[in-house]
Amino acid sequence: MRRSLQFLLFTASILTLFLLLPLHARLSQIRTDSDMKQQVPLLRSLHVTDLCLSTEARYTRHPAMADSHAPFQDHPLALEHFPSGSLILPLPPREKP
Amino acid sequence: MKRAVERHLNILEFTLASLLRRRGKNLSLLVIYLLVIFMLASLVFFVSALKREAAIILNDAPDMVVQRLMAGRQDLVPAGYAAEIARIRGVTAVRPRLWGYYYDALNGANYTIMAGDDPATAPGLASVGAGVAKARNLAVGDLLPLISYDKTPLMLEIDTIFPNESDLIAADLIVISRADFLQLFNFPSGQATDLAVTVRNPKELPTVAAKIVSQFPDSRPVLKSEIQRTYQSIFDWRGGMTLMVLTAALLSFIIFAWDKATGLSAEERKEIGILKSIGWETSDVLLLKFWEGIVISLTAFLLGTVLAYGHVFFLSAPLFAQALKGWSVIYPRFQLVPVVDGYQLAVLFFLTVVPYTTATVIPCWRAATIDPDAAMRY
Repeated sequence: MRRSLQFLLFTASILTLFLLLPLHARLSQIRTDSDMKQQVPLLRSLHVTDLCLSTEARYTRHPAMADSHAPFQDHPLALEHFPSGSLILPLPPREKP
Repeated sequence: MKRAVERHLNILEFTLASLLRRRGKNLSLLVIYLLVIFMLASLVFFVSALKREAAIILNDAPDMVVQRLMAGRQDLVPAGYAAEIARIRGVTAVRPRLWGYYYDALNGANYTIMAGDDPATAPGLASVGAGVAKARNLAVGDLLPLISYDKTPLMLEIDTIFPNESDLIAADLIVISRADFLQLFNFPSGQATDLAVTVRNPKELPTVAAKIVSQFPDSRPVLKSEIQRTYQSIFDWRGGMTLMVLTAALLSFIIFAWDKATGLSAEERKEIGILKSIGWETSDVLLLKFWEGIVISLTAFLLGTVLAYGHVFFLSAPLFAQALKGWSVIYPRFQLVPVVDGYQLAVLFFLTVVPYTTATVIPCWRAATIDPDAAMRY
C-alpha cells in the first residue's frame, strides 16, 4: 500500500477515536447519572461544602469554609509551605450581606 | 476530481518521504508537539470534569453556612444562635454542624471528622472514606482506635466504607455519632462548628444573611453561591495550576512556531530550488509544505487529545495528582466522569494546529517565489 494511503488510514483511525470521545463521555455521564451520591445517602445527608482535592492544609481541604482573610493560618509570619496552597487561587471577595 | 485527489496523494507521498529523510528532527518535533497538546488537553479535560463534579456535589451544599468569628478567626457557634436564626422569616431549618480535623500520629494523615445526623450513625460506629480505609488498612467490622483530646482511646467499629467513586467528597472523611464527636474532641455541649441554614426562597438569601449579620455582628454567613464561586475560581484558567501548565505549554509552542517562522534551513531552500527547477509550480511547493505542517500538527493534535482523554479518565490523571497531592497522606483517586468541552477543544485546535501550519507555509512561500537558481545557491 502507498505510504500516503497508510498515513490517511492512520489519521482516519485516530480521527474516529477522537470523534468517539464525546460519545463515550455522554454515555459515561448517562451511566453515572444515578450518581454515587444516591448510592450513599449518608453522604448526601451531610450537605458537604467542599471537595476533597487535597488534605494537607485546612484552607486547601475546605477552601469555601476557610478564613480567607487570614491566608497564613498557622502562625504569624508563617510562609505558605503547602504545595497545594500555591495552586489554589485566592478566593473571590465575599458578597456583602 | 480524480486528478486532484491523485495530485494530493502524490504530494502527500513526497511529503512523507521528505519528512522521513529528516527522521530524527521531525520525530522529536512530533513528540514535543504531542506532549504540549497532551498537557493542554489533559488540563482541559481535568478542569472541565472537576467543574462538573463540583457543580453536582455542591448542589447539595447548604443554602447558607453561618460561622462565628472571634478575634478574627473562626470560633464555635453557641446553640442559642441556631434558635434565634430559625425564627427569622424565610428560614426553614437550621442545623448545627459538628465537624473538625483529626491528626493521626500513626501515619501523619489528617482526617475530616463529621458528626452525622443520620440515625444509622449509632454511637461506637464509624463510616469512613476509602482513603482512610486504605491508610489504616481497614475493613468493615474492624476497630478504628482514635485518641480523644483527654487522651483516652475511642474505639469505633467500621460500619461502612464509602466507595472509591465518592472519593471527591469523602476520601478523608470519618462520620461518627454526635456523642462520639463530643467525646473525641472534648467538645463543649451546646456549641456547634457552624450552622447550616436552609431558606425557603433562594432569592431571599442575601436578605436573610443581612438579618443574621445585624442580629449577630460576630457571625459570617457564607452563601451557597459563594461556595460555588470559590470552586469556579479554583478551576479558573487565570491562576494556579491551570496558569502554570498553560504558560509552560504556550512557551514551548512559541519556541516551535518561532523556529519555524524564522525561516527554512539551507537544505530546505535547496530542495525547494531543485523542485522548482524540475518543473514544480509555486502552488505545488506550498501544497507540499502545507501537507508537511498538517502531517505533524494534525497527528500531534489528534493523538495528544486521545492520549490526554485516557490519561485523565482512565488513569485518573496521575501527572496532575502529584501537583495537587503536595504533602497530603490521604489523597483522593480522581475517578472523574468524562466531559468533553467541544468549545475548548476547538480553541486548542485553532491555537496550535492553525498557527503551526501557517508558520510552516509562510517562510516556504517566500522561498518558493524567488528564482530557483538563487534558492539553490542560497
